[in-house]
Amino acid sequence: MEQLAITIHENYLWGAPLWAVNLIVMFGASAVVLMLFVAPFAGITSFVERRIAARIQDRIGPNRVGPQGILQFLADGIKSLMKEDLIPTDADKPLFILAPYLVFLGMFTTFVAIPFSSKLIVSDLNVGLLFIFATSAITAVGLVMAGWGSGSKWSMLGGMRAAAQIISYEIPTGLAALCVILLAGSLSLQTIIAGQGAYPWQWYLFNNPFNPLAFFILLASLVAEGNRAPFDLPEAESELVSGYNTEYSGMRFLFIFFAEWANLYIIGALVTVLFLGGWQIPVGVSEWAGGVASWFPQVLQFLTFFLKVLVFVFLIIQLRWTLPRVRMDQLMEICWKYLVPVAFVCVMGVALWMIIWPEGLPWMTYLLTAVAGLIVAYYCYRVIWQLRNTKATLEFNPFV
Amino acid sequence: MSVSNYFENIKDAATSVFEGFTITMSHLFRKPVTIQYPDKTPMPVTDMIPERSRSWLRVEMDICTACLNCEKACPIDCIKIDTEKEEGVGRYMTHFDIDMAKCMYCGLCTEPCPTGSIHFIPEFERATYSLDQMIERFVPEGGKVIPYKPPKKDKPEAEAPAAPEAPESPAETPQN
Repeated sequence: MEQLAITIHENYLWGAPLWAVNLIVMFGASAVVLMLFVAPFAGITSFVERRIAARIQDRIGPNRVGPQGILQFLADGIKSLMKEDLIPTDADKPLFILAPYLVFLGMFTTFVAIPFSSKLIVSDLNVGLLFIFATSAITAVGLVMAGWGSGSKWSMLGGMRAAAQIISYEIPTGLAALCVILLAGSLSLQTIIAGQGAYPWQWYLFNNPFNPLAFFILLASLVAEGNRAPFDLPEAESELVSGYNTEYSGMRFLFIFFAEWANLYIIGALVTVLFLGGWQIPVGVSEWAGGVASWFPQVLQFLTFFLKVLVFVFLIIQLRWTLPRVRMDQLMEICWKYLVPVAFVCVMGVALWMIIWPEGLPWMTYLLTAVAGLIVAYYCYRVIWQLRNTKATLEFNPFV
Repeated sequence: MSVSNYFENIKDAATSVFEGFTITMSHLFRKPVTIQYPDKTPMPVTDMIPERSRSWLRVEMDICTACLNCEKACPIDCIKIDTEKEEGVGRYMTHFDIDMAKCMYCGLCTEPCPTGSIHFIPEFERATYSLDQMIERFVPEGGKVIPYKPPKKDKPEAEAPAAPEAPESPAETPQN
């Protein structure tokens, strides 16, 4: 970004001061990321989640607005915009008004460090990962603020739960990420990706036997941090009406939910960057694409990255309809008794592994890749078995 | 909690989450049970509901005797029959209106009908934009319908008209 600002300053806007150009570029970049990527992604994900949820429950889902209901999120957004902006009399007004923007800020700032391709990144910070974990914790402040500011017992309980949950799960998240940081020797996301290759056995996921464990720990704790089911205690409908957003309506409510859906992308992107090789595409493909056009490899890298993220977005949506909500004590037990100790073991294991085999063990990576492949194959077999066993009527068309 | 218990828990969690994922995934490929009425139905709606279900009223005007039994039986007076007499032609009906918006589907009108002319049909999709359209007019506007005269009981060989068969297509019912 600084490079872009300097280029623009030197070549096009001689008269303007550099800081002004920097400011324009900064706002321009955030506007582009927000309007061209985050907002459509969050909107369409909200629709896709509802469709997937419906199919998992043998329903059809929203299919009225636009072709197959694809414009449902626009209709919901317009509806929310036109709603009355309600502020409860008991609310702490400044906190109540400020809270959704903090939630949104915590989500949106992480996009500064998340890469889209090898060159398409707002800013490749050398503390990228730390930055992402730090800024996403602003969300917790926003949620506690929303809970307190609403002046309602449900919101209060939801906010407190959100705070307890997010702070607890920061620890396994950090520890699991540490496994990769040890291997990559850097916090910059681009450097972490550059340390991996395009093929599965070149990913950090299969680098050593501890990394798959760390991968699952990271995924689980990121889901918990994002307040997604089965860890959605802060907004448990059956106990807390809607948790910290009970008293919100209209646009503020939409901001909180917008952040939640955009957070899905961040979870997927983090897992992809750390363990699944990010935007890496095979060198041969990259060279061939570079021969076609200079921007073409970037597009392929973006698509690769995006597809990997979508897999995780789908998995997280599916997880929501697979597991029932855990209890608060179970939530803490999972974090402190299982995820944290196992994550510690993983960190120590990776460190030892790096001392004993500094170059890595090629046969181990192949073995782990093969095991992962077998697990995926067994998964497919079990899915088919479930269908056969229940003699289900099949319907593969997603657009019924 | 023993150590073996601890690892047992981890194993249980992993296997049950895996199994849960296969079940939810398999449901993605199942046919939804939702019927998208009225846009997409697997078969015409009249075929889906029971053959003898009782929804709207219909009068078979060719066997109506204009006895007014149904009008008298109706507890909420939603049936309105006007008859006139003319020399040479005899008695005829000028109106046979049933206000379906008022009708409560009690079925009392169908019981005294001597020929089974007024009866329920399984059709039910008659949503309209105004209450006026809910009035079923069985005698066309300005038309005359000569009532049916049932054959005398003592004539054994009279071709007694059979009770109306299954209702015909809804397009034939005079509407509006």
